[in-house]
Amino acid sequence: MMAPKKALDPRKIRADFPVLARQVRPGVPLIYLDNAATSQKPSSVIEAMSHFYEEMNANIHRGIHQLAEEATIAYEEARNRIAKFISAESWQEIVFTRNTTEAINLIAYAWGLANLQAGDRVLLTEMEHHANIVPWHMLSDRQGVVLDFTPVTDDGKLDLQAYQDLLLKGPKLVSFTHMSNVLGTINPVEELTRMAHDAGALVLIDAAQSVPHLRVDVQAIDADFMAFSSHKMLGPTGIGVLYGKKDLLNQMPPFLGGGDMIKRVKLDGFSTNDAPYKFEAGTPAIAEAIGFHAAIDYLDALGIENVHTHEQELIGYALDRLEEVPGVKVYGPGPDEKGGVASFTFDGVHPHDVAQVLDQDGIAVRAGHHCAMPIHEKLSIPATTRASFYIYNTTEEVDALIEGLYEVKKVFG
Amino acid sequence: MDDFYREVIIDRYKNPQMRGELDPHDYSYQDDNPLCGDEIRIDLRVNGDDKVTEAAFTGHGCAISMASADMLVESIMGKSLEEIKSLSKDDILELLGIELGPVRLKCALLSLKVLKAGIYGMEELEEELL
Repeated sequence: MMAPKKALDPRKIRADFPVLARQVRPGVPLIYLDNAATSQKPSSVIEAMSHFYEEMNANIHRGIHQLAEEATIAYEEARNRIAKFISAESWQEIVFTRNTTEAINLIAYAWGLANLQAGDRVLLTEMEHHANIVPWHMLSDRQGVVLDFTPVTDDGKLDLQAYQDLLLKGPKLVSFTHMSNVLGTINPVEELTRMAHDAGALVLIDAAQSVPHLRVDVQAIDADFMAFSSHKMLGPTGIGVLYGKKDLLNQMPPFLGGGDMIKRVKLDGFSTNDAPYKFEAGTPAIAEAIGFHAAIDYLDALGIENVHTHEQELIGYALDRLEEVPGVKVYGPGPDEKGGVASFTFDGVHPHDVAQVLDQDGIAVRAGHHCAMPIHEKLSIPATTRASFYIYNTTEEVDALIEGLYEVKKVFG
Repeated sequence: MDDFYREVIIDRYKNPQMRGELDPHDYSYQDDNPLCGDEIRIDLRVNGDDKVTEAAFTGHGCAISMASADMLVESIMGKSLEEIKSLSKDDILELLGIELGPVRLKCALLSLKVLKAGIYGMEELEEELL
């Protein structure tokens, strides 16, 4: 009998990632399990960016010369590629930002200033990253907007009954994460969106942890706005995306002012360009857009469904093995309801010390509150250690993590 | 590993010598490092010459922050407040006997920060009262 075909072949994939060949220290290979923070980059992404600088570097949307035209085409092709990847209706719905954080801030400022008044409500959740909390606190301080938070249940999921009740308060906007960067919980975004729409609210989804790992179809979800970053999905840092429904983007006032976001400028005023350019003031991250394009090509060639399946296999295996280690407690739902993220505590050992001991074996994990203090407060723990997986990770690396945890036990036992 | 978690650090973490609270005390201050949730409070008693006669700390955190607090508090016994004010990052690293990157340095220095804030804070308060 043949072995069942695996979704991905991480050994083959690893050859495409130069940094994975590195030794952290002499004789200590890198075991990179910090993918929820940022992913590694394949050669094709690095080369696409070098190629841009070596062959066609020019500013976009202005020059008439050959290089400027090539650069403009490459930049806009990236936008088109991203639109297709998330099944947007049009490229005009893809606004380039610096990252997820900037995309959420863009909505809080541009949409928030125009559409929210003192006493209006915004509904968030307790499992949000600070990027989807702080901009709303700032909006609250500026405009008196009231924030509500959907609670998280003991098993790390959103309390849907409480969500329904909070929707009755009539929020103008509901914003939630598609996948928690701490618990790994994959939220039922279609259902959450439908319920919010039924209550008359618009929906913003923080998809920083989901677009890199699973099929996200913005039209099927019916999201009004969505934010994600290139660097968590094999692409470079410095570029992210705000998706917005075309009519909503066109109704919004601009965010930053400057070149490219205008149609006409006079000494006594200006008129704005159309979306998405209206929100892209100044020279954007051109090489990064091109690198982002190459990253999506790479993911698409693997098949994003295969990426998800591979990670489900890894997290299932990791949760089983973590359970074996005395003193380890993993937070969040079971493997069927979470992505490739395992956040855990270790009895009597601070997460910093866990991460430090693991680092001695070349194992890169994250320790801290992962920019999500409220959920840690909810769980009554100051910090966790987090291992997060991607396409190049293997079950052998999970085994190394477990061995490393036994080493932690030995050092602190 | 052997370098980083020197036996003395692990030992101090597990069996601190200077843990406790002083009530009453002449100086007390508490602070935290919100980034990792570490929390340290240090209490001091001083004599007429402003020399430390008793000192103790409480708190929770990683091995580096707890071991450094324990060693720091022990090292200031008998020292004058002026001497304590002149303690620096290098003194802490010397106590720990290891090298630290920028992230872990914050763990190691929390106790010194708490100690100095306590001493300076109280003096400023006294000046205001004078």
